[in-house]
Amino acid sequence: MARSARPKRLNLALHAALLPLAITALLAYVGSVIWSIRISLSSSKLFPRNDWVGLDQFQRLFETDRWIVSLQHMGVLAVVYILGVLVLGTLMAIFIDQQVRAESWFRTIFLYPYAMSFVVTGLIWQWLFNPTLGLQNALRLMGWESFTLDWTVQPDMVLYAIGLAMVWQGSGTTMAILLAALRGVDEEQWKAARLEGVSKPRYYLSVVLPQLGPAYATAFVLLAVALVRTFDVVAVMTSGGPGDASEVPAKFIIDHLFGRNNIGLASAASVVMLVTVFTVLAPLLYWRSKVQARQNAGH
Amino acid sequence: MTMTMNIRMKQVAAAALISFGAIGAAQAQKAEVIHWWTSGGEAAAIKEFATMYTKAGGTWVDTPIAGGGGAQARTVMANRTMGGDAPTAAQYNYGKQYEEIIKEGLLNDLDDVAKKGNWDKLLPEKIRNAVKVNGKYFAVPVNLHNENWVWFNKAVLAKAGAKEPTNMDEMFAAMDKVKAAGGVVPLALGGQGWQEGITFRGVLLATGGQDLYLKTFKDKDASTPGFRKAVETFKKLKGYVDPGSPGRDWNLATGMVIEGKAAFQMMGDWAKGEFVNAGKTAGKEYGCFMAGGPKMPYAIGGDVFVFPKQKSADSAAAQKKLAEMMISPEGQVAFNNKKGSIPIRTDVDTSKMDICAQAGVQAIKENRLLQSDNELLSPDAKGAFEDAVSKYWNSSQSADDAIKSMAVALKR
Repeated sequence: MARSARPKRLNLALHAALLPLAITALLAYVGSVIWSIRISLSSSKLFPRNDWVGLDQFQRLFETDRWIVSLQHMGVLAVVYILGVLVLGTLMAIFIDQQVRAESWFRTIFLYPYAMSFVVTGLIWQWLFNPTLGLQNALRLMGWESFTLDWTVQPDMVLYAIGLAMVWQGSGTTMAILLAALRGVDEEQWKAARLEGVSKPRYYLSVVLPQLGPAYATAFVLLAVALVRTFDVVAVMTSGGPGDASEVPAKFIIDHLFGRNNIGLASAASVVMLVTVFTVLAPLLYWRSKVQARQNAGH
Repeated sequence: MTMTMNIRMKQVAAAALISFGAIGAAQAQKAEVIHWWTSGGEAAAIKEFATMYTKAGGTWVDTPIAGGGGAQARTVMANRTMGGDAPTAAQYNYGKQYEEIIKEGLLNDLDDVAKKGNWDKLLPEKIRNAVKVNGKYFAVPVNLHNENWVWFNKAVLAKAGAKEPTNMDEMFAAMDKVKAAGGVVPLALGGQGWQEGITFRGVLLATGGQDLYLKTFKDKDASTPGFRKAVETFKKLKGYVDPGSPGRDWNLATGMVIEGKAAFQMMGDWAKGEFVNAGKTAGKEYGCFMAGGPKMPYAIGGDVFVFPKQKSADSAAAQKKLAEMMISPEGQVAFNNKKGSIPIRTDVDTSKMDICAQAGVQAIKENRLLQSDNELLSPDAKGAFEDAVSKYWNSSQSADDAIKSMAVALKR
């Protein structure tokens, strides 16, 4: 796998083939990022304005309750969603790894939620949790008068309802990533462990999972990105309400970009999000590339 | 780039086709109109304009964009106008929504049409002021809505033994009776920020009338005792709302009143379009009163159309035709009867209008019109204010804290 062994010409062809993509990425992505930063330093409202107001937009941003609240909500969702998905994904992957019968069936079922758009998912969860349409109403009509399930209208529970829908939707892909990594673990290790009298849970916990570091890093990066752009599920399930109880940063940005003719403030908010993502993910990606290089070198 | 190029190519192709087809025939003036009227009553209303335009020999291209109280439609309009692919006409609300587009010089003014139609005489002063910017007409007003109406189901009130109210104090008394009778939701509220905002402004008008309204939104002063009282009264309404309220769409809330599942709804008179669509008659199955009481001024709300600058002379002609048609007496009556709003001109036949609309016409005749918060606040400030209202409504925030954050929002 040593990289220097590859012929130079192939490298050149490879780069030439990737060039259009690189240009697109540079212009479309990096260009947009620079543009957003520029706008965030101007007083732009509905149309871009070519003036400089320093960090005024950022100052106003952090004086806005709704923004602060949406950041806090993202913190809560980070725990509920990322932790929830990682735990559930791991359990499902290990379950399938036991050479269960009808494995492909289970894989399909676990992956199925991911195949549906969040708009559809969100709508279904909204109906389930709605006290006058959903499960609560159905069970009460059947005679269970005291049954209560109204998370989407309770300001202190609504985030968990959204978190639940997100975990339900996202666990499948994480399972697939972890399952692929599990399949790469050498089975001889289990044989050896069994000879030593190690139990299966113990084997997974102490021997297998530590080897899955890069897979977890991949899953985490994907989840973190998904978390930051969380918009559709909130827009459909609660549109940020009741009040601002389920407001998230992406929705704050979209609202100010489109509804409130304030692209300056919206750009400032997106710049903050970008910086946050970078500070969290850059070290992680760096670490993962290190580990992978080490593992590749070891084989 | 490729997209605009594609569109250009298509336009060229379409133009070629049309010119081939139009040899010897009068050229059909194509008018693409962006609007956000997608509910049953609204779609029926805009169809009246479309039919009229088609009859006059034009081609109407309908571009409805649903959702968000028009925010999406306005975004599409702004983006397309900046990108050089402007529609022929686009819907806005009265107020500051299109101010910046004028400043960018992207809109055609309508002074020709206005002079010809004598708009200076025709339009009531305050409506005139609302559509005139720097002495020029930039929008054609098509209707007048009042967002501060209260609708009620007469049968529900009769069953609960409540008197039909004409102001908010009586409404509280009636809601108490409905609540005590049980089985029906006293107040149907769609728990979305803008609907909570409407409810709040209704209470504000009922508490302190025009003076308090202007003090709040024009002078941006939230420190008056009247304002505090309005804030407290507003929260009292929460005791009459059902738990399914958060996130509910306005027309579903209206549906609850129509079906007798709820007694009251505080909503603009576009809700009447839903009653009409359900085959109900004002004064028979349902009643109405203005949140501020019968002598209260109408906060100017409603819709206008603006006409972005175009390259071809042909589309300028189409724009003029559209503007003239929209403000014509026939256009006004046909459109507004379906829409639930009232005409902006007083020289039309109002006898066919229902009792609620007649109250509105009377307000115009007596010149009881009020600059609305849309006109007085930027979209940004209005949004921030509604955020504060919504936060207060949906949390256990104290009135003091709420007033503080509302005061900050007003100054945005």
